[in-house]
Amino acid sequence: MPHPHRKHLLTSVQMAHFVATGALRMDAVVPDDMNQQAIEVLKAGVPAVPYGTPLSEAFVDSDFVQRLVELPEVAGAIHSLVGPEPTVDHHAVHIRKAHEGEAQNLHGDAIIDVRTDAFDVQLMYYPQDVTLEMGGTLSVPGSHLRRTNESDTGRYQNLLGQTRLVCPAGTVQFLHHGIWHGGRKNDSDLDRYMFKIRFNPTVRQVRLWNTDDLYDDAVAAELEQNFPWYENATGRLEKYNRIVLWRAISGDDTYDPNYWVTRVSNRPQRVITDRANNPHAKVKKEMV
Amino acid sequence: MTATAETPAQTGLRQQVLVLYLASSALDARVVGWSTYDGTGETHPTTGDSDEPPYTTGLDALKDGWRLFQASQLNPPYPGHEYDVSFLKHEFFFEKLV
Repeated sequence: MPHPHRKHLLTSVQMAHFVATGALRMDAVVPDDMNQQAIEVLKAGVPAVPYGTPLSEAFVDSDFVQRLVELPEVAGAIHSLVGPEPTVDHHAVHIRKAHEGEAQNLHGDAIIDVRTDAFDVQLMYYPQDVTLEMGGTLSVPGSHLRRTNESDTGRYQNLLGQTRLVCPAGTVQFLHHGIWHGGRKNDSDLDRYMFKIRFNPTVRQVRLWNTDDLYDDAVAAELEQNFPWYENATGRLEKYNRIVLWRAISGDDTYDPNYWVTRVSNRPQRVITDRANNPHAKVKKEMV
Repeated sequence: MTATAETPAQTGLRQQVLVLYLASSALDARVVGWSTYDGTGETHPTTGDSDEPPYTTGLDALKDGWRLFQASQLNPPYPGHEYDVSFLKHEFFFEKLV
């Protein structure tokens, strides 16, 4: 895979948005001619790829997917999030049939994954216009750092501020591996298609994006945002955990504009003793 | 003679369950999440079917006739895991018999 042009890399503000929300959405980034072909390609099936295949080798037998991951904006986002030459964990075509009666439980993919200095991303591509009735993917902004295992969150049907995806054809979203999500019930007359690829990084995920705006105030604003479903107290812990992740990927272990981490890790070591109040201090002898 | 409880078939009553997740451990705190299960089988609530909570606070559910039957306990964090985030902490189960 060629190195993306700098202008197609994500900005620090976009990366901070991803760290805060666990998602990055690019509307209609795939051109119409590809969207027109996509349904037939996905119906026919995309050849399986062994776990851990380098991205540059994974889709040599699938021209459509190769073109998808080489689109400049898509390639720039992949590079920014997981770096050069990630491996393909797996891919899958998801079809929600027209008037399919069941919604998926809210879940995180794979198994509980609590890495604080690395993450996988999942690309989700929607080749059709997705309406609310078609049951576009449900996801919960800011849920990706919650330590839960797969569908143990299935009891949660609705959370305030959840995202029920409605998007134009050609939309791609990138999701952090831990985000709570699920396919919603399709109440429309149309089958809904989605194509997913999970990427594993092969390098340390440090400053892989365009860092020109690294200390822009908008970065701090993204990292500080709250979500309606957060409990009052736990919402503060979310900010703590975001800062830990941002420090890991920005390489700046002092970053903490709102002191969430600094305050609770302050353990000064310098000792100042007042000799006059110390009963163990030896009394100086008078000079004769 | 020993008294026996009436069965649901005899009473005709079914349980509807409402689960509210609140912003704090106070029952009058705002609702941040919700789930419903309908023992009558007349409705089929499911994941991602609504963006609007049924009540603004847990107390509002009481005022509307829901009976609280379980509230989550307040447990201290496990040592070493004080900053971890996981499941929603303030879960309240309500019922109606209809």
